[in-house]
Amino acid sequence: MMKTRTEAIRAAARTLLEEGRVDAVIGYVQGTIPLRAQPFVAYTPEECDRFIWSSFCGGNLASIASGRTDRVAVVAQGCVSRNLNGLVHENRIQRENLYIIGVPCIGMLDQRKVEAKLFGRNIEFLKRDPEEDLGEIVVGGCNAMGECYEEVIKRRDVKRDNCYTCMHRNPVGADTVVVEPVSETAGGDINAVATPWMRFDADRRWEEFAKNFEDCIRCYACRDVCPLCYCTTCFVDESNPQWCGKTQDSADVQTFHILRAFHCAGRCTDCGACESACPQGIKMRRLTSMLEKDVRTLWGHEPGMDSTTKPPLSTYRPDDPEDHFK
Amino acid sequence: MQHRILSKDSLAAFLEGLRKEHVVYAPKRDKKVPNKMVWKILEPGESPLFEFANTDMSPKDFVFPQSECLMRFRTGEDGTSVLKPIEPEPRKTLLFNVRPCDGKGLSFMDMIFCQDEQTNDVYWRDKRERTLMVGLACNNPCPSCFCHEANCGPHSETGLDVLMTDLGTRLLLKPLTDRGATLVDGLPEAAPGDVDRAEELKGTVEASMKPVIRTEHLEARSLMDAYNLPYWDRVCEACINCGTCTFVCPTCHCFDIQDETTPDGEEGRRVRNWDFCMSPLFTLHTSGHNPRGKKMARVRQRFMHKYKYIPMKRNGEVGCVGCGRCVRLCPVNIDIRDVINAMNAPAEAKPEGQEV
Amino acid sequence: MLNPYLPYPVRITDVRVETEDKTLRTFEFEFLNPKDAKAFDYHPGQFAELSIPGVGESPIGIASSPTEGDRLLFTVFRAGSVTGRLHGMQVGDVMGVRGPMGNWYPLDAHEGKNITIIAGGYAVTTLRATMVWLQDPKNRDRFGSIDFIYGARTPGMLLYRDEMAAWQKTGGVNCHITVDREFPGWTGLTGFVPTVTEQVAPNPNNAIALVCGPPIMIKFTQPVLDKCGWKADQIYLSLENRMKCGIGICGRCNVGHQYVCKDGPVFSKAELDQLPVEY
Repeated sequence: MMKTRTEAIRAAARTLLEEGRVDAVIGYVQGTIPLRAQPFVAYTPEECDRFIWSSFCGGNLASIASGRTDRVAVVAQGCVSRNLNGLVHENRIQRENLYIIGVPCIGMLDQRKVEAKLFGRNIEFLKRDPEEDLGEIVVGGCNAMGECYEEVIKRRDVKRDNCYTCMHRNPVGADTVVVEPVSETAGGDINAVATPWMRFDADRRWEEFAKNFEDCIRCYACRDVCPLCYCTTCFVDESNPQWCGKTQDSADVQTFHILRAFHCAGRCTDCGACESACPQGIKMRRLTSMLEKDVRTLWGHEPGMDSTTKPPLSTYRPDDPEDHFK
Repeated sequence: MQHRILSKDSLAAFLEGLRKEHVVYAPKRDKKVPNKMVWKILEPGESPLFEFANTDMSPKDFVFPQSECLMRFRTGEDGTSVLKPIEPEPRKTLLFNVRPCDGKGLSFMDMIFCQDEQTNDVYWRDKRERTLMVGLACNNPCPSCFCHEANCGPHSETGLDVLMTDLGTRLLLKPLTDRGATLVDGLPEAAPGDVDRAEELKGTVEASMKPVIRTEHLEARSLMDAYNLPYWDRVCEACINCGTCTFVCPTCHCFDIQDETTPDGEEGRRVRNWDFCMSPLFTLHTSGHNPRGKKMARVRQRFMHKYKYIPMKRNGEVGCVGCGRCVRLCPVNIDIRDVINAMNAPAEAKPEGQEV
Repeated sequence: MLNPYLPYPVRITDVRVETEDKTLRTFEFEFLNPKDAKAFDYHPGQFAELSIPGVGESPIGIASSPTEGDRLLFTVFRAGSVTGRLHGMQVGDVMGVRGPMGNWYPLDAHEGKNITIIAGGYAVTTLRATMVWLQDPKNRDRFGSIDFIYGARTPGMLLYRDEMAAWQKTGGVNCHITVDREFPGWTGLTGFVPTVTEQVAPNPNNAIALVCGPPIMIKFTQPVLDKCGWKADQIYLSLENRMKCGIGICGRCNVGHQYVCKDGPVFSKAELDQLPVEY
C-alpha cells in the first residue's frame, strides 16, 4: 500500500461524502491476497477508511462508474481519468454527476511478473510498496514447514507492459489531484510497441496473432473489465442473428478478439486492465497497439484527453480527404 | 492396499511404463506466461515438476472439454438429417501430479453428471473411465487455498487412483483404486517408516492451514434467508460478470448446447460448450424475460449454488473444493471465502466482506 | 449405453394452424422406430426437447395424452430460431424429439379428488394432455368433478376450441371458456381468467388445482383462490425456464436448489413459496 496516496484518497473521499457532494465514491480496497486490490464503492465517510492505493490497482474503475446515474466520485490515475472523459463524451456518465479524484501514477506492477520471479514460493505479504517509480518492493512468505523468505524486487523489472510506455501518468481533467504530479510519461516509446507487427508480412502477422490468442478461454474478462465495452448485448453474445460461433474453434475466438479490438480502436487509453484481468495471461495489447498507433499517426488523436472530441472512427464524412479511409 | 515407494531417480522408467498404455499429462510451466502452470503432455525424457502450487486451469477439461462435439448429422439423399453420436476415442489419459483438490473436483462432478438412470452423461462417463489420476499431495498450500474447509484437504484421496506424497528424494505411492494398484504394481513396497513420514507431513501441512471460513449459520439458515441477505447488493458492485471464476473452477459444470452447420446446411454438429451463470444470456428467455436479469442475481446465483443449493440437494456436499483458483484469478479479487463468511454472518451482525 | 442427448427421430404427420394470428401451430409426430415409441413413456405435464439438426432444441410441453396412442402432439409458439424453423416444416419432414423430461401433474397421488384446471393463453398445452387423460374411461371414474377454466384474448386465439366443445358435451366435465371481451359471434363467457375463476368459485374441499398461464394471470388468480380457501399445497403450477440439457446438469433452469427440467416443471405453490422467483 502506498501511504501518502492512500491517506490523501481517503481524506478526499471522506470529505466528498461528508459534504454530500457525491452519493458514492469508487476506489480500491486492499485485496484479500497480496498483489491484488479490490474495487469498492463507499457510501459513507466511515467506509472511506478502507480505501487504499497500491502498485496493484490495475483494473479500471471507470467501468464501475459507467452507466451509474447517482453522483459518483472515482479514484482515477491518468488512463482511467481519460476513460472517464471518454464515457462522458459517449453519454455513459453525466459530467455533473462525476467527480474525478485524480491520482498521479507511477505505474502499476504486474503480479504475474512478481509471481514468476518467486515461482514455487508462496507470496503471503507485500511489505514495502514505495511511491517512487524506481523504488523496490519487498514481498515474502512462509511455507507449511515454517521456513520464511523476503525478496526485494525492483519496480522497473516487474511493471505492467503498458505502464512502461504510458504517455499520461497524471490524471486528465480531474476535479482534484491528491498528490504532486509525476513526470508525465513513463519514458518508454509507445510507438515501439507496435514495431514488431510492422516488420512482419501478412502471413507472419496472422501466425503471431493466432499464437497470441490460442489460450483464450472466452471468459470475456477482457471485455467485461473494459470501460469501452458497454454494449447491452455484445456482438459475440447476440443469438439472433448469431455473428460468432460459441465454440473454442480458433476462428470464433479470433473473431471475438479482432472485432472487439476494432470496436475499441481510437477509444482505448492503453490502461492495460484487459491484460491484468486475463486469467490466461494473454497479451491483448499485441493487437491493440497497432490500431492505436494508426489512430495516433493517421489522425493525431489521443483518446480521452477531453470529453468533447469525437474519436476519429466514430466520425464519417463522405468527402473525407484521407486516402487511407477510402 | 500396499503402499509403494519410488525413487525420483527411477521416475523416468516408471513414467515410460505408464506411457505404454496412456497418454501422460503433467503440470508444466507455461512457455509464454512464466508464472502459469498448464496441463501438457509429459514428453519422454521430460521430468515432471514437483514444486508448484497448482495449474491455473483445473484438469476438468480432460473429462468435460470446453467445447465438445456430441453428435453429427449429414443430410441424406431423401433430404432428412438424423443426428448420430460421435464415436468415443479409445485413448487412455493419465494425469500425473494431480493436486488432491482436483481429484475431489472430478469426483464431485461424477455426482452431477451421473445422477441416476436418466441423468447419466455418457460423454462424461466415457472420458472419466479412460482418465486415470495419479495425485500429488500438497505439502505447501498457498495462501488462497482452503481445501481443508471444503470437504477436501491437502492430502485428500477422493477421486484419485493413486496418491503420491513427496518425501524429498523419493515418492510414497498409495494406490486407492484397482486401476491405481495396477499402475504401481511392480514398485517396491514402502517401509513403515515412509508411511509414517507421509502421515507426519500430512499432519504438519493440515496444521499449517489456518481456519478461514465458517458455515454453521449458513447451514441453519433457510434458502430464502440466505437469498435475501443485503450483502448481495454490495458484493456484486465489484463483479464484472465475466466467466473467469466459473471457467477456472474444478466443480463448475454449467454448459450450453449449440448446433453448427456448414454454409450449405448439409452437414453439421451439435456441440456443448462451457457456459457461465454470470452471463446475462445464460437464463434469458426467448421472450426477452430474464429470471436473473440483474448482475446481483447472477453473482448471488454462483455462491448460493455452491454453498446453499448444492448442499441442500446433495446431502451437505458443497460445490467447492477450496482450490482457491477463483481467489487468485478473479480480475477484481472477489474472494469466495469472504462471501461464504458473509453468507454465514449471524442475522444481527452487519453482513459485509471482511478485510483480510 | 443410453445417450440422454440423442433425440428419437420422428416424422411430422400433421400440422395444424391453431390461432388466427398463426403464431401457434400443433405438430403431430410419429416415431420412425416403433421401439422408440415404447421407450417414450410419458405423463401429462411432462415436456420434451424438440430437436432440429443444425438449428438446436427447444423445450416444449407435451400436448398429447399417453392415452391417445403413440403419436405425440406439441403446440408450439413461434418465438426463436428453433420454433421459427419448426413453423416452416411440413408433413413428412423428419426431426428429433428428446424426452420425456421432468415430472408431471400428481394426478395419481390425488385419486378420488375433484380437479380444477385454470389456464390462460398457450400455456394450456399440457393441460389439454391432462384433460384428455382425465376423460379416458380408465381414469374418469377415479376422480370427482372436473372444472376447466380457460381463457384467451380472442375467440381466434383459443387453442383446441372444437375439442373443448366436445369435452363439455361428452366428458362429464365443466368447461368455462372465456375471452377477454365480447366479439361478434362469441356466445361464451367474457372476462379475464381471474374474474371467471371468481364466478366459478371452485371449492377447495378434497380438491387440487392445476394452474398454467402468463405471470400476470397467475398473479391475479392467486388471490381468488386464496379467497375461496385454497391452501398452497393444493395448487400446482408448471414453470418454464430456459433449458439446454433437460436432465438436471447444465444449470440454467434452476430455481433455488431445484432444476425446472428435472425436479419440475410442476411444483406445488407451497414448494414455490420457499424458492426464489427466478422464473
